[in-house]
Amino acid sequence: MVAGIRTRELRKVYNSAPPVAAGTGGFSFGAPKAKGKQPRPEIVALDGISLDILPGEIFCLLGPNGAGKSTTVGVLTTRVRPTGGQAFIGEYDVWQNQVAVKRLIGVVAQRPNLDFSLTAREILTFHGAYFGLSSQERAKRAEALLERFKLTDRADQMVRGFSGGMMQRLSIARAMMHDPQVLFLDEPSAGLDPQTRLLLWEIVREYNQSGNTILLTTHNMEEADALCKRLAIIDHGRVIALGTPQELKSAVPGGYLLRLRFGVHSPDFLIRLQVLAGVREVRANDSNGADLYADRGGSLVAEVAALASGAGVELCDVHISEPSLENLFLHHTGRSLRE
Amino acid sequence: MNWKAFLAMLARDAHVARRNFVALLFQTFLQPLMFVFIFGRVMVGSGYMPPSYKSLLLPGIMAICMVGTGIWAVAMPLIAEFQFTREIEDRLLAPMEISWLAIEKVVAGTLQALAAGLMVIPAAWLLLRPGVDLHVPHPLLFALVAILVALFSATGGLALGCSMQQTHIGLMFSLIVAPMIFFGCTYYPWSALEKFPVLQKAVLVNPLVYASEGLRATMIPQFPHLPLLAVVVGLVFFNALLLVTGLRNFHGKSVT
Repeated sequence: MVAGIRTRELRKVYNSAPPVAAGTGGFSFGAPKAKGKQPRPEIVALDGISLDILPGEIFCLLGPNGAGKSTTVGVLTTRVRPTGGQAFIGEYDVWQNQVAVKRLIGVVAQRPNLDFSLTAREILTFHGAYFGLSSQERAKRAEALLERFKLTDRADQMVRGFSGGMMQRLSIARAMMHDPQVLFLDEPSAGLDPQTRLLLWEIVREYNQSGNTILLTTHNMEEADALCKRLAIIDHGRVIALGTPQELKSAVPGGYLLRLRFGVHSPDFLIRLQVLAGVREVRANDSNGADLYADRGGSLVAEVAALASGAGVELCDVHISEPSLENLFLHHTGRSLRE
Repeated sequence: MNWKAFLAMLARDAHVARRNFVALLFQTFLQPLMFVFIFGRVMVGSGYMPPSYKSLLLPGIMAICMVGTGIWAVAMPLIAEFQFTREIEDRLLAPMEISWLAIEKVVAGTLQALAAGLMVIPAAWLLLRPGVDLHVPHPLLFALVAILVALFSATGGLALGCSMQQTHIGLMFSLIVAPMIFFGCTYYPWSALEKFPVLQKAVLVNPLVYASEGLRATMIPQFPHLPLLAVVVGLVFFNALLLVTGLRNFHGKSVT
């Protein structure tokens, strides 16, 4: 039986700016640096994250930059000490049983961290050696992974000259080298071209089908939708929604989102929008914007335009989104994932 | 303790050192050997320095080479790998307690420093001869001091490598390494500072003094030197201090 992942009320508070993408929430922090006896600024990266990721599941943490995704991965992979709460890989408490946990996990960090003093093949074989594989086994697995990740022709070159996509592929191959039960992929497709992204998705699914647990973080909804059995949307270090992509998408009132921009609108006008057929919820963005959640999209535009015209409100812009995780995020936070 | 992972990491460091062997050779030996040539050969040959300076210089040069090698081999990769390339992350995630990775770095640095120290003796001897008067009456004591010096270079490299920012590498050499070498009794014996009593006492906080004097005591005992007991106590103390500091800072860098 492979290991799953469990966290209970996980908290992480940084007393100084967290290192970039090395297991951080990465909140932007505009205040000046503390000097002298001034108290150090506290940055809450995780604010009580509780997750149960089942053995053999592909689970996704979706959220914008700085939401706490990488810090969660950092805590689960022994690289970030939690301020509070507990994290388990299988039966092992991550902080108490680091060596046992490290045997079970493979990690692909957000930023490339390949060993620049080695060739691609050596990176795999030395990694295998750290995990105690025999030299025959190392050579065999390295060859297979180089082949699978289409790196055979560059296998014996130093990785310094590799492109970003090649480095990313090799990072993933390295994380799989010791056949870990739990694979962590922190923003694995960032910077990959569409073709390589598809290859990556195929490999992730394949690895999962052989029974392994995968936790991946992304701010790409398409990726979360395509790969994950379940996902958690996190923002400001908290889980704001959790479920299958389908469940989450259907949790958005109506599903469709019309982002409207007017010359100027009034509360009265928004109330009139609310009573249009199929409209579930209207939210004012600012003095001239409104988000309209509804169970239909394009067919509403003409009615909105007519209503605006009748009320003497100028309709400047309409953006229609079909049911998506982006809409869900927007509904929960009032912000776009891309902001 | 996971010896397989520990040995695999040592093998990785040996592999990288072997790959960079020629560059390492120039980096380690060029400057000290030029110094040996100018001061030991040119200055002595032209009569500006006494002939005995040749013998006095060699242990000091050996100390510089060993300390330079150890610091370079341990501190520089750590500074880059923790801050810029993050290469060390893969090894931090190996199934071994992370302190052992720091200790592996110290072992690798110690071995490299020992190799550099042992290689500089014949090289300098060839450059300086004739007139070098080396005696090693107690080879085991010499070996003990050489190991302690090599260990000092590697623990110093660990402590420096885990405390320095990448942007401060230049400062590290000009503010720490260079003064350590010049006030480390490398080019002169500690007894030569008798006329500067304050300085003579102040330099005792510099661990390189014990390294240079220890090598003098075991290679050219006929010249004045610090008592061997003081050398061993001094080196053991600084090695322990630097190792503890280095391990603490290594943890601080590895886990946020």
